[in-house]
Amino acid sequence: MLDIQNLHVEVDGKQILNDLNLNIREGETHVLFGQNGSGKTTLLLTIMGFPRYHVTKGRIIFRRKNITDLSINERANLGIGMSFQQPPTIHGVKLGDLVEIAAKHGNREFDLETMAKMIHVPPSFFNRDVNLGFSGGEVKRTELLQLLAQNPDLVLLDEPDSGVDLENIELVGETINKLLDRDKRSRERHKAGLIITHAGGILQIVKADKAHVLVDGQIACSGNPGELLHDICELGYEECIRCPR
Amino acid sequence: MSKIDELTERAEKARDKKAAYGPDVPLERYTSRAPTHKKVQTLKMLPSNYQNESLSVGVDAAETERSGSFFQLDTSVVYSQATAQNLELLSITEALDKYDGLKEYWWKAVAVDADKYTAEAALDFSNGYFIRAKAGAKIIMPLQACMFLAQESLSQNVHNVIIAEEGSELHIISGCRTSSDVTQGIHIGVSEFYIKEGAKLSFTMIHNWGPEVAVRPRSGAFVEQDATFISNYVCMKPVRSLQMYPIIRCVGPRATALSYSLLYATDGSHMDVGARVIMDAEDCKSDVVSRAITNGGEIISRGNITGLHSDVKGHLECRGLILGDHGRMLAVPELDGAVPGVDMSHEAAVGKIAEEEINYLMTRGLDEDEATSAIVRGFLDVEIKGMPPALQEEMRRAVHTTERLGL
Repeated sequence: MLDIQNLHVEVDGKQILNDLNLNIREGETHVLFGQNGSGKTTLLLTIMGFPRYHVTKGRIIFRRKNITDLSINERANLGIGMSFQQPPTIHGVKLGDLVEIAAKHGNREFDLETMAKMIHVPPSFFNRDVNLGFSGGEVKRTELLQLLAQNPDLVLLDEPDSGVDLENIELVGETINKLLDRDKRSRERHKAGLIITHAGGILQIVKADKAHVLVDGQIACSGNPGELLHDICELGYEECIRCPR
Repeated sequence: MSKIDELTERAEKARDKKAAYGPDVPLERYTSRAPTHKKVQTLKMLPSNYQNESLSVGVDAAETERSGSFFQLDTSVVYSQATAQNLELLSITEALDKYDGLKEYWWKAVAVDADKYTAEAALDFSNGYFIRAKAGAKIIMPLQACMFLAQESLSQNVHNVIIAEEGSELHIISGCRTSSDVTQGIHIGVSEFYIKEGAKLSFTMIHNWGPEVAVRPRSGAFVEQDATFISNYVCMKPVRSLQMYPIIRCVGPRATALSYSLLYATDGSHMDVGARVIMDAEDCKSDVVSRAITNGGEIISRGNITGLHSDVKGHLECRGLILGDHGRMLAVPELDGAVPGVDMSHEAAVGKIAEEEINYLMTRGLDEDEATSAIVRGFLDVEIKGMPPALQEEMRRAVHTTERLGL
């Protein structure tokens, strides 16, 4: 579904991604590990099409279409969706309105009240300005609510578990499973996902197919998510940097 | 010397007195004479283009959910009808006759010799309205008043007096506009507000002038003990030069003054708009809020909160957006505390729309223009404390309609 070839990306004149290659098939969920500053968020925002992230070389193919030069909303309307680690506050734009806009462009059968209830977003939030005064966990849950409304084929999740309390981590994990068709049998899965996480907790619930470690803007290592996470916990990222794999 | 003679003399002396703010408008180029328009039985009898045009400033010819309507065409009051009980609505000339010159209220909240515009309104005035909510009357449905300029190069000089008596509640929509075929003109509007003990008055001005029209409202208010005055100003359409700086005086304990301005200036428009609140009694409260957008025009957004008594509380907020590649925004927030114990603050911010906000909305499927528009709408969507929800919704609708046309 997603095929990234030879990707080089500059941000404000500084090279961040350097010859990155990644292929995610329909039905697959991949995880991205890496130290702060290794380029994980840059990769997601580049796939999403943020103009600050300038592709100097290489290309991004989504469903056999070269999307490297498309705008953010064109990509969104093709079926790419993202939840943000720290989304901006939008004064005066109500959460309920934004979710409905997302549903209009995505999942037309979306039922706001049912979905909001499922992800523990109380109706009083619909009339609040997007992200204004939301706690870390509330931000993550309302991001997922917007994704449920969009129902994208490729789901990009930037630390969906950070700031989420233990009580809600399972809920967040199960919602991600739903978004990614992980609640279906493998041949019935049509969604694909790419998740950035630092903590293993979410991976207990979201059983990803593959993990990658990003070092200095390149994929240094790929493998089984559980094993890679175990190695990182045991040996630290230094080992990944040294490791010739 | 009689009171009237004295006012006339003071006005004469101020005839050439330039205003403290705003470019000087030479008044010689305008005439204050206009043909007399006949009275109408209902607003529906007005020419249909006037009806449609006044609808854009919140004046509904069908008078749906209105407690009364006033319509002045050029210098003629063509309609004036209050439907709510305990609400008095007259042309100001009738009221001056009926109440012996309105001695307690006439030029008491606004100085006749403030500048050449107040002088002009005193020496050559062309009517206006008198509105009085009687003591204890709770009138939730708004009264609508329209000042309509249809005569080319007219100087429409009106003088309004609005009184909310003890314990009353009154909401007014004041819609002003020029007919679309008028190019030149000036509107000078003197408005004096008296909000008596425990009363509540909201006054929502929605203005839609022409690109060559000059506008000089001159307003003053006295807010007594436990009373609330809410002044809203909306101007989303081109205007050559608009300058206003109403002075609201909180004179009784626990008086509250709230002022909200929503402005949108395109190329060639100059707006110098603000409000001054003087808190001169204990426990007074005030908010002066402005949201201004320039898309090529020049906006000076002023605000002044003066605390003359301890235990007063005031907040001033000027936010400006610069869209496009030119235009100017000057925010001038002033806090003036003259005694210890005042609690006054301000925030001012001028800038463009944050790109990350536009990008974020685009990830949900909106294109760049739609995302910008949603942020602009949100920017102008100010919740006004104490306004009836229906009126707040009406104001929001007026803002969004005009904002959509303007963008």
